[in-house]
Parts: sequence; structure tokens; C-alpha cells
Amino acid sequence: MKVALGIMLLGTASLLGAGQAIAAEGPRASTAAPPLSLIDRALADLSSGDQARQDAAANVLIEQGDSSLLPKLEEIRNNADRSVRLAIKPLMDLLKNRSNLASPDADRRRSAAADLGSSGRPVVMPWLEAALAGEPNRWVRYTLEESLALIRLASDDPDTKIKAAAKLGELRSSNAVPALKELLQQTGTDATDQQKALANAARAAIGQIDIWASWANAFETIFRGISLSSILLIMSLGLAIVFGLMGVINMAHGELMMIGAYATFVTQECFRAYFPAGLFDYYFIAAMPIAFCVVALCGLILEATVIRFLYGRPLETMLATWGVSLVLIQAARVYFGDLTSVVAPSWLSGGAQVMVGVYLPYNRIFIIVLSILCVAGIYFLLFRTGVGLRVRAVMQNRDMSSCLGIPTRKVDAYTFAFGSGLAGLAGCALTLIGNVEPGLGQNYIVDSFMVVVTGGVGKLMGTIVASLGIGGLNKFLEPSFGAVYGKVLILVLVILFLQRRPSGLFTIKGRHADA
Amino acid sequence: MAEPVVTVQGQRQAGEGLIFWLSGFVLLVGLPLLNVLPDPDSWLHVSDFALNRFGKFLCFAILALGLDLIWGYTGILSLGHGVFFGFGAYAIGMHLMLTIGTESVYGSALPDFMVWNQVKELPLFWKPFYSFGVALAGAVLVPTLFAFIFGFLAFRSRIKGVYFAIITQALALCAWLVFNRNETNLGGTNGLTDFKQILGFRLSEPGTQRALYILTVLFLGAAYAVCRWIIRSRAGRVLVAIRDSEQRVLFSGYSPANYKLFVFVVSAALAGLAGALYVPQVGIITPAQIGVLPSLEMVIWVAVGGRGTLVGAALGAVGVNWARSVLTNYFPELWPFFLGGLFIAVVLLFPDGLVGLFTRVREKWLASGLWVRKSPASSEHNG
Amino acid sequence: MSQDYPETKIDTESSTDKATDASSTRREFLAQSGKVAAAAGVASLLGNLGGWALSYAADKEPIKIGILHSLSGTMAISEVSLKDTVLMAVEEINASGGVMGRKIQPVVVDPASNWDLFAEKAKQLLLVDKVAVVFGCWTSVSRKSVLPVFEKNNGLLFYPVQYEGEECSHNVFYTGAAVNQQAIPAVEYLMSKEGGGHKKFYLLGTDYVYPRTTNKILRAMLLAKKVPAANIAEEYTPFHHQDYQTIVGKVKKFAAGGGACVVSTINGDSNVPFYKEFSNQGLRAEDAPIMAFSVAEDELRGMDTSALVGHLAAWNYYQSVDTPQNKKFVADFKAYCKKNNLPDGERRVTDDPIEAAYFGVHIWKQAVAKAGSIEVDKVRKAVYGSEFLAPGGKIKMDEANHHTNKPVLIGEILKDGQFKIVSRSKGLVKPEPWSEYTSPDKGCDWIKHQGTYQKK
Repeated sequence: MKVALGIMLLGTASLLGAGQAIAAEGPRASTAAPPLSLIDRALADLSSGDQARQDAAANVLIEQGDSSLLPKLEEIRNNADRSVRLAIKPLMDLLKNRSNLASPDADRRRSAAADLGSSGRPVVMPWLEAALAGEPNRWVRYTLEESLALIRLASDDPDTKIKAAAKLGELRSSNAVPALKELLQQTGTDATDQQKALANAARAAIGQIDIWASWANAFETIFRGISLSSILLIMSLGLAIVFGLMGVINMAHGELMMIGAYATFVTQECFRAYFPAGLFDYYFIAAMPIAFCVVALCGLILEATVIRFLYGRPLETMLATWGVSLVLIQAARVYFGDLTSVVAPSWLSGGAQVMVGVYLPYNRIFIIVLSILCVAGIYFLLFRTGVGLRVRAVMQNRDMSSCLGIPTRKVDAYTFAFGSGLAGLAGCALTLIGNVEPGLGQNYIVDSFMVVVTGGVGKLMGTIVASLGIGGLNKFLEPSFGAVYGKVLILVLVILFLQRRPSGLFTIKGRHADA
Repeated sequence: MAEPVVTVQGQRQAGEGLIFWLSGFVLLVGLPLLNVLPDPDSWLHVSDFALNRFGKFLCFAILALGLDLIWGYTGILSLGHGVFFGFGAYAIGMHLMLTIGTESVYGSALPDFMVWNQVKELPLFWKPFYSFGVALAGAVLVPTLFAFIFGFLAFRSRIKGVYFAIITQALALCAWLVFNRNETNLGGTNGLTDFKQILGFRLSEPGTQRALYILTVLFLGAAYAVCRWIIRSRAGRVLVAIRDSEQRVLFSGYSPANYKLFVFVVSAALAGLAGALYVPQVGIITPAQIGVLPSLEMVIWVAVGGRGTLVGAALGAVGVNWARSVLTNYFPELWPFFLGGLFIAVVLLFPDGLVGLFTRVREKWLASGLWVRKSPASSEHNG
Repeated sequence: MSQDYPETKIDTESSTDKATDASSTRREFLAQSGKVAAAAGVASLLGNLGGWALSYAADKEPIKIGILHSLSGTMAISEVSLKDTVLMAVEEINASGGVMGRKIQPVVVDPASNWDLFAEKAKQLLLVDKVAVVFGCWTSVSRKSVLPVFEKNNGLLFYPVQYEGEECSHNVFYTGAAVNQQAIPAVEYLMSKEGGGHKKFYLLGTDYVYPRTTNKILRAMLLAKKVPAANIAEEYTPFHHQDYQTIVGKVKKFAAGGGACVVSTINGDSNVPFYKEFSNQGLRAEDAPIMAFSVAEDELRGMDTSALVGHLAAWNYYQSVDTPQNKKFVADFKAYCKKNNLPDGERRVTDDPIEAAYFGVHIWKQAVAKAGSIEVDKVRKAVYGSEFLAPGGKIKMDEANHHTNKPVLIGEILKDGQFKIVSRSKGLVKPEPWSEYTSPDKGCDWIKHQGTYQKK
């Protein structure tokens, strides 16, 4: 065993050295390859039809083969009947995963380690140990250790088993829970001391894992709540500003988001068509300002053609903007025709593992950061610039501001355009988590209306708190009530809340005529 | 502020009455007769299909009357009337579902969707609906009660304007989600369908459908009369006053919340009634009919016809739906453009709707002197 | 086409309703006396249609067929392709001389994804336009809503989409798959050694009749195959659900320890958020493959497929099926879309429902030619047992149960939105509208029985 291990270690070490330099396809390494004749004979045996010879051949190939055999195996597999195909498939998987252990891509190494662990074959242990010795990445190392422990847990030696169980407990490996539970069940009343010790070890491990899992779960729930809140927030910001300033709920806000999403889509297509492939990943950075500007322009047009004529009639404005939204949806459907989708840039796909069992997707982290930046930007604009001063003045007392020479109509138009631009940004962000489709805006829009109404007029803090509250509550309720009843419950809570504060969480204090 | 013109003056009473009886006669007697009498291939003939479809539009007209009462006269925009319509429709639908009995696909006494949902026993809340009377009462009382509770909470705390609109819209969304849920035991997305009979009459018979149509016309007439009575009463004037300035009404010693609640409940009851008449004629009710979009569409019926006039609301409901039926036949892609455009145009260009437009045009015409001026009463006859 | 109101069902209950009776007899009388006038009317109407119509004698007038697919609203995304396919098939048939020497004239209506409108439009097609056959519907609810209309007026509907079964209408031919032609073989594949020998099943769907019924049957089947109930999870989301964070979290927990798979009946626009969340939370196709029944090439076109690669789907046809007639079909379809300036033109793809819609038209045409008539009763009889060389291979209409014998193919999603076929049934699979797992006592037969019957 040890000798074999040593050879393997040497072999794999040299493979690793070579593998780092070679392409992702893994080592071609002929260093560890045994005499060809042996392998060739085994390959021939595979399709012999004789079960015993097949198995022996498979063993030879697993122990001595490497990924250079894969094309040959694939060829055999394509021409073989079902039983041979079934025999070859695991063989190929093992070989593929073995070579992937040396891949320069950490995710691929990790996948390979997990697959080898779940294959349950002791033969892979030396490979894993070898890989573990030279592994720089923390989470790949974690998976390698987990896989090793899982295989050891299935061994026949009780001591190894106990150690493996303890190790899995230390690793907080939720993948091990089914196997550990099985161990517990096997232990009957007439168990030997050793078996009892094993059962105790398994029980302790399960306990450790469970406690950890509940913490991880709590952490993830909080993250999900924040993520949903950030989506609601980024959608509601523009809406809230316009509502605060003009008392108008723009029912086409969702469709402005949709335009933002399509702007992102078009930007992506342009990058694909006119820019070198290397730049493709950066299209999203360009798409954000583009979406903002395009939608802001749309907002300006919408304000100039529809909304300015309805000043002071909020209900009519709602209806007219809803008409606009219908037209926009159908226009998008006619023009873009079908389901389209944006390819998330590679730096925004996948996720970061922050602790065992907790995986945070990059796209959601990005949206959270983006929404925080938006809030910061709006605060800066409103409270640190001259334009912001005017906007706030109009918000507090339109007539007085007008008397003082502030061009309120212009302020309205620009604010509306700015709010629309924010919707465009939101639409751009939403492409990261869903489709780009004509009905995109409809999916969350009622929620964001609720956020604005709950938040109250004219105070950004209200919008922030309301979106955190509604988003967080939603994710808190969803696991136990399901998505639907969670939403219904939130509506009931909002109505009850408005009982106490009819105009939302935060209101501007002062004298307000009943409009 | 271009608020709609309200016609409460007595001078038009005679003309309106005549139009009411005349159109009532055409709807109640004329169309069914044209359905039965002339040769099926003549131009005069109204086919069963056309009559049935018209009956559906008239159901919507009943709902529009109620919506006009609350929006046109009281100035409260409800974007959740689809829910009340749905309550009424589902109440009758549940009864019809139970009367199918073992004629269904699965041959079970339970409604089909319960069989595929693995519901073994009829849920408790379904049981009363074996009785037609309970179903009919439920069709009106359930929306009434729901509107009462919802309205009580909303109006007591003075939720109004945009806030009320958004809350009712959220209500529509929630109702849509709940009705779509199969656990609710109301048929999920598929809703209730495949009805066979009502009170022993086969729904597939043209005669039954004709009777249902006539019933719808009668209820529409009754609903019109009730609404008219409300708006002509003292309460009706308070409602209009609330629309124009709630603050002043409050200071004058009235309690706007009670009036609002009353009119909200009445309009919900009318919506429920419309739903109850709709189901046996159309033969299906699904959650798609009660969500956010249909609720908003109901508002546009009233807006197009002319809010603040009962006739306008009813006309709008029939007109928009008829246009939908025709347009989706010939220009399916254009229908949403048309509907959206209608919304914008009505709000921006003629806020008083078709009836308002008609009145305005006529007044201009009269003022221009092209029309030989007669006494107001006789001009009504000519117009 | 004289039979617009076949009043064969005489109901004893309604005889008490005198008014109804009187009016209906009067109607019949009028209908009869009007027939002469009707014939004359039709002829004169045709005369007015101009020189085009003049080239046909009265019996050479085109045969009208109805197309009942949503062209607007939420279902348009899927259904428009089917409308295009049917029109293409009609064009093909007309180019080769039509059927019985008559051209086919399609009547396209738009039910706008509104289920009530489906019933209304079906009535209009059957009663006003008097079409010989209707090709249409996608969702189960739309089919259920038009079903009474077709049964009452003895119309004929070709329904091209895989569905939940438990239905056996005399007036519908189901050219899509029944549950035993898609879902059950797919799960059997997942359980097999070749498919990975999965032991835990997460049944995830959109909350409507198709997923509910399919999962009911799958659960019964899994239990029958000795899968413990604890290893089966079932969950439904509303239509257009977007936020799959919590559910993917649950799947992750469920899949811990390996051997798990997801059986997805998620519909439409919820798929992309689901798959994206799935891969972003670090789950891979190797940890828990997703077997989907509602994701086909047409939905994948334009989707970001990076998150879907390696996951599975079960259908009866893929664009990648390697037969000469399929190569021609795909090329024809692309050419048709390009020629008619349809959205996406040449980039359009074919998929299972498209194929089913396509051969449905041809099956009907064959039956009309065989029956020598467009009368529903004669055509129906001619459809039984008829065969057609469809793009995906030969298919056969069942002898008695109105469904279609089709092959079953399991495919793996590739980067370009196409499928690699990884498993294929031996020969054609016989359709079972009533699943042997949930309704072993029920069968469907319109020859020996009256539709659904109790097995002894």
C-alpha cells in the first residue's frame, strides 16, 4: 500500500508540476503510463462480453490508466451495447475526474474531488491525498478532506471509521449526514463496544453538523432577505423620488426597468458583434450608464408628453402611465419578439463560499452593493448639491419655491428623468437574476409600489426601511408559509400598519393642505 | 381640474327615462326575438353565439355601474374590483361544479380538480354550496362582507387617493395568488369549468342561455335603477362632495368614512352579482379574470364610457369588450396598443369619456347656432 | 357542413322547460326551411369574393381550418411558433395540390392567453367560421376551457403539447406525449444505472394542473418502486415566480450526501431565474441533475444557457434527431420563418410541440383524404391507427384512445441550446391516458367502449 502510494505521490506530484503549465485539459503526462500493451489488452477486454474479464480490465484501467485513454473509451462506448456502456461510464468518470484534480481551475478541481468522494471507491484515496498535499485553495482542500473522510467512513476498519466520523463532524460536512445516520441505525442493542464507540462518534458528528447547519441556515436566510430587499430598494428608489416630489405613482416604472434591461441586452449584442471577444466580460460595466441614460431619456419624453398635462391629478396619472406601460410591453414583444436573456459576465456568475455550507452568489452581492451605492449617490445629490437643494425645496413647498424663482416645472422634469434613470439601472441589475422579457417589470412592481406606500412620501429613509422590512419579512416568512401566503400575510401587515400611520412610515412634518 | 360633469339636474329626467326604457326594450325583448324569430341566415338574425357574447358584456356593464359609483361619483379609485367579481363568480361556479355530479371526466362526485389534487373529501367550505340559494346569496354577500371589512380598515384610517389604489391593487395580486394556489381548493389556475346544468336546465341549450341573457338584462336594469336612486338621493350628493373636497365634507359635520364604506360595499355587491351572472353564461371562471390586469381594465371601461354618468359606464363596458372581441380577431398584435392608447387618450384628451365627448360636441353644436334651437326637452328627443 | 347544431343529446330533464322546447323546435323548423336559402346565400357570397373564388366550383371551395393559439399575452412566447408551424404545414399541403382537390384555408384567431377568451374563440371558429378542424391550445387550462365547446358542437381539436393525461375526449386528438411517454420514462432513466442511479427525487413545479397531476403519478410510481417517502420532496411555486433563493436552498439541503435529482415541471419565464440561482448557489448537474419536462429548444433559444448545460430534458423529438426527413423539416421551417419575415428568421429552431403540431396537420390531411370527407365522424375514424413519417421518425395514432404512439428521448442540454440525445426508447411507446400507477382500473377506448371505462 505504502509503496504504491509513494509511486502515486511521485507521479501525481510531477503531474501537478506539469499540469499547472499545461492547458486545462489536464496532463498528457506519459511519465506514469505503464506499458501500452497492458492497457491495450484491457481495452480489448472491455468489450469482450465476459463479465469477469470486463471487471478485471476496468480495474487495470482505473489503476493504471489516465485521461489520455478517454477518446479511446468514448469510441468503444459509442459502438458498444448497453451493458458495456454501463461498465465504461464510471470508469471514464473516474479517469476524467482524476485528471481534473490537476486542473488549474479551482472549481473544476473541487468538482472532481466531490465526484471522486461520492464514487465511494477506495482506489481514489491515494489520488485525493496526493492532490491534498499540493492544494493551495482552502475550499478545494476542504472538499478533498471531506471526500477522503467519506470514503474512510465506508471502510471496514472500525478505528478508521471512528476517526472519519470525527473528522466529518469537525468539517461540519452536511454531505455526510445520510451516511452517519445509516451508521447509527445499523447499531443495534447487541452492539460491541467498538460499534458503540462508532455510534457515539457518529452521533456527536451529526450533532456538530446540525448545529452548524442551523447557523448556516440562519445566515443564509438573512442574506436572502437582504438580497430581496436590495432588489426592492433599487426598484423603488426612482419611484419614491418621483412620488415624493410630484405625488405621482408611475405605473410604467416597471416598463422603464424593462427598457433598462433591453438596453443591457442590446449593449451585450453590440459588444458581441463589434468588440474583440476579450472585452465581452466588461460589457456590463458599459451597460449600466447606457441603461441609465437611455431610460432617463425615455422618462424625459414620458414627462413631456403625458405626465405634465396631468399635474395635480395623481389618479389619472396612474391610469395614463398604466396605458403607457401596456403600449411599451407590447412594443417590446413585437420588436424583440421573444424570450431573450443576458449572459452574466463571468465575474458575476458563480458565488463565494464564505463558510461551510454558506454560498453567496456574486450577482446578488453585486446588486446589494449597487443599491447601497445608489442610495449614497442620491443622498449626495439631494443634500450636497445645489440641484438637490431645489428639489428638496419643491418637495416641501411647491408654491413657495416657485415664488422664490425655482423653475418647478424644470425641477419636475429633471427629477422624473432621474427617477426613470434609476429604474433603468434597476432593470440592468435585474438581468443578472432573471430573463429579459417584455413582462419583466410586472413581476416585482406591485411589491415596489407597496414599498413606496409603506415608506411614505418624501423621505428616502422611509423607502429604505420599508424595503428592508418587506424584503426581510418575506424571506423570513417564506420557509414556513410558502411564497404565496408569505405575500398575503405581508399585505395584511401593511394594511394594519397603515392603520396606525396612514401616510407611511416617514412623513414630512409641517402644514399640508389636503390635496 | 377637469372633473367629470355630473348630470343630476331634473331637466334631463324625461329624456333619460325614455332612453332607459327604449334601450331596455331593445335589450330585453328585441335581441332575444331577433335570436329566435328570423331565419338563421338573414342579416337580422342574432346568433346564439352573438347573444351569449352580448350577455357577457352586459355582466361587465353591471360591474361598471358599481365601479362608476365609487370612482366616478366618490372619487375613490379601486384597482381591486376583479376580486369582488371573482368572489361572486366563484360562489356560483362552486354550486355549478357540485351539480355536475358524476357526469365529470373522472366520474366522481367530487369536482374534477379535487380528484387530480388528491383531495379525498369535499372541503367544509364547499358544502353549503350544494344549495343554489346559499350560492346566490354567497355571490353577493361574500364580496359585500369582504368589502366591508377591507373598506372599514382602509377608510377608518383615512387611507385614500393613491394609497387606496395601491392597496387595492396589492389586494388583487394577493387574491390572484391565493386563487391560483391549488391548496386553496378552488381549482387553481384552471379555475372552475365544464359546468353542465343550472337548476336542472342544461347550460348547453340555447334556451337556457337566452333565459340567462334576459335575466342579465333585468339585473342590469335593476342595478341601474338602484345606482340612480343612490346618486339622486341626499347620500349621492355627499358622495360627489367627498370627491370634490373631502375636507369640507368632514368640516360640514358629515362622516365621509361611513359614506365611502357604504358606496364601496354597494359597488362590491354589484361586482359580485356581475360575476354570478357571468359564470353560467361563459362557462368558466379562472383566477386570470381577477388579477391586477383585469381589475385595471375594468377601470378603463368606466373611463372610456364616461365616469360620473351611469350610462357612460355601462356603455364603456360593452364598447371596450366588443372592441376587444373584434380587434383580437383581425389585429391580435394591436389589441394591447389599442387598449393602452385608449387609456392615455381618455385620460389626456377626453376625461369625461364618450358620453362627455358627446355632450360637449352637442353643446358646441347647439352654441354654434347651426342647430335651430328648440326647447331643451324636445332637443333631448332628437338627440 | 350542414351540421352546425347536431342536437343529438335529447335531455329528459329540460323537457319541463316548455319555452326552451318550443323555441328549439321552431328553430329546427326554421333551420330546415332555411337550408335552400343557405345554399343560395353561400353561393352568392362566394361569387362576391371575386375572380379568385370563381376559379373554384362550389364543391372546390377551400376547406377552412381553425388555428387557436395565443398570439399575444404571456403564452404568446410559446404558442406563436405553433401557429407558424401549422401555417407552414398548410402551405406545404396546398403547394402539393391540397386535399381532395381542395385547398386549405386557415382561420387564425387570437385568444390572447385569456382562458375565457379561448372558449369564446373556439365557439366562434366552430359556429361562425364553421371550420372543419382546429389546431390549437397549449396550456392545460386552455384545453379544459375549450373542451366543452368541442364536445357540444362535435368539433375536432388537435392538441400538440405534452400534458398530464387523465383525459380521453372523443373530440380531441392528442399529438403530444401522455405522462407515460415523457415523465415516467424520464424518471426511470434517472433511477437506472446509466442515468446515475438516483435515489432521492425533488419534484418541483409551477402550481397548475400539469405539474400537479404529473407529480401525483410520479410519486405513486416512485413509491411502487420502493423509494421511501422521505426521499421524495414536492414543491410548487406560483406562475412567474422569480425569487428561487429559498427553494434552491432547500434543494441544496435535500441533495446533501448525493444521489439526488430534481424533476422540474417549472413553466415558462421562471426557468431562467431557477437555473441561474441553482448554479450560482454552487450546485452542479453532477450533484443533482435537473430533469425538465417543459424546457425545449424553442425556450432555450435566446436564453443564457450557461447555467443549464449538463441538465436533462425528456421529449419525443429534438431538433438534433438525425433523420433525413428531420433535416429537411428543420431546413424548411427555418426557410419558412425567413421567407415570411417572422421574428428571428433563420435562427428559429424546432422542438417537440412544433413537431407534434406539424404532424398533426398531416395526420388530419391523410385522414381526410382517406375518408373522402371532412365530416368529423368520418375523419375521426380514419385517424385511428394511421401512421405518418414525422420528422422525428415514424409515429402512429393509437387505434382507440385518441393519443399518439411516439418514441421517448432523453436529452442533455448543450451550450448552443440544442440537446445531445443520451437515451432513446426501443420503438414506439404506447400512450396511456390513464396511468397504471394512479388509475390502474381505468382505460380509454372509443372503439370497444365509450371513452373512459372501468377495467374489470
